[in-house]
Amino acid sequence: MENIIDIPQQKPLTKKDFESDQLVRWCPGCGDYAILSAMTNALPQLNTPRENFVFVSGIGCAARFPYYMNTYGFHTIHGRGPAVATGVKLANPKLSVWEIQGDGDALAIGGNHFIHALRRNIDINIILFNNEIYGLTKGQYSPTSPAGLITKSTPYGSVERPFHAAELAIGAQGTFYARTIDTNPKLMTEIFVHAAKHTGTSLVEVLQNCVIFNDDTHAAVTAKENRDDFQLHVKHGQPLLFGKENKKGIRLNGLKLEVVTLGENGITEKDILVHDAHNEDPTLHVMLARLAPPHFPMVLGVIREVRAKTYNEALAEEQERISQNAKYHSVDDLLKSGETWEIK
Amino acid sequence: MGETALNGNKTTKELEKVVIRFAGDSGDGMQLTGSQFSFTSALWGNDLATFPDFPAEIRAPQGTVEGVSGFQVQIGKIEIYTPGDQADVLVAMNPAALKSNLQFARKGGNIIVDLDAFSERNIEKAGFTANPLTDGTLAGYHVVEAPISSLTKTALAGLQLDNKSIMRSKNMFALGMMYWLFDRPLSETEKYIDAKFRKTPALAEGNKRALTAGFHYAETIEALPAMYNVPPAKIEKGIYRHISGNTATAWGLMAAAEKVGKKLFLGSYPITPASDILHELSRHKNLGVITMQAEDEIAAVCSAIGASYAGQLGVTTSSGPGIALKGEAINLAVMAEIPLVVVDVQRGGPSTGLPTKTEQADINIAIYGRNSESPAVVLAASTPANCFEFAYQAVKIAVEHMTPVILLSDGYLANGSEPWKFPKTADLPAITIREPELDNGTYYPYNRDTETLARGWAVPGTPGFEHRIGGLEKQEKTGNVSYDPKNHEKMVRTRAEKINRVANYIPELEVQGNGDGELLVVGWGGTFGGLRTAVTELQRTNRKIDFAHFNYINPLPKNTKAVLEKYNKILVCELNLGQFASLLRSKFPGINILSYTKIQGQPFLVTELKEVFLENLKD
Repeated sequence: MENIIDIPQQKPLTKKDFESDQLVRWCPGCGDYAILSAMTNALPQLNTPRENFVFVSGIGCAARFPYYMNTYGFHTIHGRGPAVATGVKLANPKLSVWEIQGDGDALAIGGNHFIHALRRNIDINIILFNNEIYGLTKGQYSPTSPAGLITKSTPYGSVERPFHAAELAIGAQGTFYARTIDTNPKLMTEIFVHAAKHTGTSLVEVLQNCVIFNDDTHAAVTAKENRDDFQLHVKHGQPLLFGKENKKGIRLNGLKLEVVTLGENGITEKDILVHDAHNEDPTLHVMLARLAPPHFPMVLGVIREVRAKTYNEALAEEQERISQNAKYHSVDDLLKSGETWEIK
Repeated sequence: MGETALNGNKTTKELEKVVIRFAGDSGDGMQLTGSQFSFTSALWGNDLATFPDFPAEIRAPQGTVEGVSGFQVQIGKIEIYTPGDQADVLVAMNPAALKSNLQFARKGGNIIVDLDAFSERNIEKAGFTANPLTDGTLAGYHVVEAPISSLTKTALAGLQLDNKSIMRSKNMFALGMMYWLFDRPLSETEKYIDAKFRKTPALAEGNKRALTAGFHYAETIEALPAMYNVPPAKIEKGIYRHISGNTATAWGLMAAAEKVGKKLFLGSYPITPASDILHELSRHKNLGVITMQAEDEIAAVCSAIGASYAGQLGVTTSSGPGIALKGEAINLAVMAEIPLVVVDVQRGGPSTGLPTKTEQADINIAIYGRNSESPAVVLAASTPANCFEFAYQAVKIAVEHMTPVILLSDGYLANGSEPWKFPKTADLPAITIREPELDNGTYYPYNRDTETLARGWAVPGTPGFEHRIGGLEKQEKTGNVSYDPKNHEKMVRTRAEKINRVANYIPELEVQGNGDGELLVVGWGGTFGGLRTAVTELQRTNRKIDFAHFNYINPLPKNTKAVLEKYNKILVCELNLGQFASLLRSKFPGINILSYTKIQGQPFLVTELKEVFLENLKD
């Protein structure tokens, strides 16, 4: 006999449910493939119906991402993804909104929208594919390209100083910043899930390789031989240890961070800085995010995660508050409000 | 001018219509004075139209010409369509106000000045080389030199008010004088004062005393020769309110959102003269309105597109410079076929141009100002009150035809106001959403309605309708990215045809007149009031002149050609270098279309138009 109390169990979603029928058209060997795969791995873990996911993007190689996801997707215009995504989230706060950007899209043409999305702390997830180059326009320097980089538009080397996404995001009042690399699918998936669970604008910077125009730009961090000495995987509440046997660590010495080795010069684990991602004060988060080879490891993982009221929460609260005391409840009421007179 | 009657020792003159202009320093409260006079006159039963004329600077130095703020109102016993060409009565609160407003006073009209403000220093500050009251500047005007400041001071003596507060009441003294002059009761303004200064009774008392003192002063002095009587107009029965163009636009958008059961989402960036729409909508969040003051014009339109994509009603409001920035995003909405309303409150240009002055020069950018073949619907409101109707229409067309709609307003409509017999929302036309449908279990985002060619509106959160859209060309039906040459041509033609077919859903062009005129005057948008008045006045003298006014710019009404080809002579009047005339010539070659234009940041004057029309009727 049928038991009417039994709610039919929804079949759990799988990676396959999130793959669209479109042919993926990135260059063979592009880091974007790994990011796409990490994303289709992450989404089934979020317990959200597929129809509630929206992927928004601007222009660039990265921006093709929504076509390859079997969710709602909107491939918009150059740099404007955060603004479109903001409208989507405000229109329907129940949606899980993901915004995919490259470094040119996010930090050059769309820099203004990028910082203001972070400032407002709208509850969306921004995935920044940082390959330090323009790919789709075929190889010009980007705002994250290192000084001296030779590209089609800088044949004598770039003379510009690059942005660091983390500093920009934190300066813009960002509440969540994580960094990951395209060569570590497990870490990417983990961080995407973490970002989705953060309430507020989550910025995930993926150090991504452009195999055609800027190959190996992140090799100092991602190459197999550099993995142990130049990657520091942080977790909130854990000491900042790295190296093959986890013997190297980061110590705060005065106002500077330094690399120390356990057992040398009387250094013990007590000297090692413990990561506090939840600290409102972003000073240490910025210092950690700035560390880079050759003198330091690159910090990967969730560097900053603080809770602040989101823009969509604030708007909802405001609406609730105003509605309670409202003296009119329809447009008809409004039309009749104030000074009116009758012609008889 | 009508009959003359005795009123005590003074006479009363009946007038068909009269124009009054209040001018003073930005801080003198001229906008308030003008709107109080207008409200009292509306209650009296006059038809009227108003226009504020304020400087771009917020508070230019006191006493300078740059700091003068003006308010003009025309009241009548006949239908009034404009605030009037020239003032029959000019109230000038200081020399600078006189200096900058004398050009708007009718020769032979009345000028009332605050004599106390004509100190040597103020005269010099205003840029006069000699005292205009005595050097013959005002020859030919009837000047009333009233010591408004000192009489206000006397009237308020004994109240616990500082000098500044006393001086700020002098606008009420001037208003009181006008109430006597036009035989209006003080009661409505007294009620207003009581409400406004509820918490400061001394200020309420002071303002009311100044008002009454002004009234009695006007009655007493010999200088005012007559009272004027402007009898009530024959106005359609019903309940009325005042409305400005920007408020009407905001409310029209809200009414449409309520009708269609969507939240209104406004993404906007402050810009003159459109900001008041943002301000107005920001007040009504209790009705489900969401407003976002974006980081720039581009984010404003993009957030609105995002909101529409997600199933609410995305709107962005701006003026010319902002519209220029929004072009790429509007094109995204054209390509993605998403409902979007873009309000362009036109101002003088190019570039920053004349931010507070009116112009009609954005018709080209609205129709053509985007890359490639980019068809969008363009509407133009033509009175402050019908901004409501066309904002509503803009939403209706955007939703029913899945397209961006650009609504053109202008600085003149935005800030001008008029009495409005407002509708009940139940009587507004229905707005039907085109719900998406599955085709054998699959959703094709670019499946189209066979009549309108509009696609369905499938919104995120709806299971089974997951799909991807964007700015790349898409395959017909599936919406997948396609670079196929034939498909591209088909899609370009389909998008254009979709907009052309909107003509099947809009009203036909109407002609005001007998239909047998020797001249057809054509206008569009905010010039309606001036054109209509000028044509009507000539028709009353049996001139063979007809008038057709366009609110639908793209597509044009279906009968446009049939209307135009009946006339041997057509004169298109507009505040630009002839953009609409060019449009008509390109659409209807062979029809003789002449153009009359003006680009001064000011509306047409009725007298100016009548001269032009008579000239054109001659040959």
